[in-house]
Amino acid sequence: MKAIKFLGAFAIIGVLFAFTVSKSDNVVNGYKVGDVATDFSLKNIDGKRVSLKDFKDAKGYIVVFTCNHCPYAKAYEDRIVALDKKYKKQGYPVIAINPNNPEKLKDDSFENMQVRAKEKGFTFPYLLDEGQKIYPQYGATKTPHVYVLQKTAKGNVVKYIGAIDDNYEDEAAVTKKYVEDAVNSLLKGKEVSVKETKAIGCSIKA
Amino acid sequence: MKKMLLAGFAAIFLLYSCNEKKEKEGEEEVKETTEAVTEEKMPTPMHVYTKDSVTVNAYKYDGLEYFLTKSNDTTYVVNFWATWCVPCVEELPYFEQLNEKYKNDKVKVLLVSLDMHKSVESRLIPFIKNKKLQSDVVMLRDPDADTWIRKIDTTWSGALPATIIYNKDERKFYEQSFTYSELEKELNNFIKP
Repeated sequence: MKAIKFLGAFAIIGVLFAFTVSKSDNVVNGYKVGDVATDFSLKNIDGKRVSLKDFKDAKGYIVVFTCNHCPYAKAYEDRIVALDKKYKKQGYPVIAINPNNPEKLKDDSFENMQVRAKEKGFTFPYLLDEGQKIYPQYGATKTPHVYVLQKTAKGNVVKYIGAIDDNYEDEAAVTKKYVEDAVNSLLKGKEVSVKETKAIGCSIKA
Repeated sequence: MKKMLLAGFAAIFLLYSCNEKKEKEGEEEVKETTEAVTEEKMPTPMHVYTKDSVTVNAYKYDGLEYFLTKSNDTTYVVNFWATWCVPCVEELPYFEQLNEKYKNDKVKVLLVSLDMHKSVESRLIPFIKNKKLQSDVVMLRDPDADTWIRKIDTTWSGALPATIIYNKDERKFYEQSFTYSELEKELNNFIKP
């Protein structure tokens, strides 16, 4: 009888367990729009550490999780540079973070980040998420993955999460510039209309 | 003692019936969307790539939906991948293996490539040829990802690889990489009642 009871209990645990695992391994507990995003201190390609708080005059930030190896990220490099050029002077600088573990992907090593940034003429910090501590807090799952933050009295509030625009393949065919629209709204003191979008990207390798 | 056992079984039963109900709800939804599609014939590709006797049909999401909503006695394993996606390429042999092993068990693997238009002839077709891929390969070519990612699954962030296993009764979405044994185990939940 004891054995049966034991089995019964086991079955219940088994069923409960099955339910938990079936929820998929990648349950995302990252930021939602409205949350306050953490600051960080990460190593930039020039060897110096960079934090959001270093940008005293910023009104907010365009935080882009990106990397060297991913074709989707590469497709957006020029557009990320253009975003920084346009919005840094208006108070919304781009802060790029490579979330990948370089031990898993040599292309995404610190040295290769330096090379890529030089080739593409990055005008913004390109930071390595050493130890892969920051991207999980944001809830980034892929590259490129953008978070637009607004500096407020209570901290850096997430105002937009998602894609840069609606056409990775052909910049000329873009119809919706999600990040630009979000930052433009914030600059005008308006509510961001499209707060979250989805896009294909390369999964982050931790 | 007996009471405890009874309670245990009751709990299992409750959980189980709860689950079943959810599946049935899902089933009805799927049927609604398929009926219109299955009566039509195969969707027309938006582009057909042919090189070295390999042909790949590219669809917009509206066309691809036909392959994601079939309602017959086959179980479909649909993997979203791209030649540039390292973990996708790593797990691809497992999908091939599964396709081969279960080909007489009404299981079909479909590989949906998200390679870019400009790299189909330079990368995707050579990859299909060199790896001698046996599973069907189609291409999803639709820039409006924000719309179709949500339609494929509301929980999908857009990261690759991703997989759907479905048949007329059940459907499950996975934003993850698989080992062969994990994949086979998931499939067996669909084909072994």
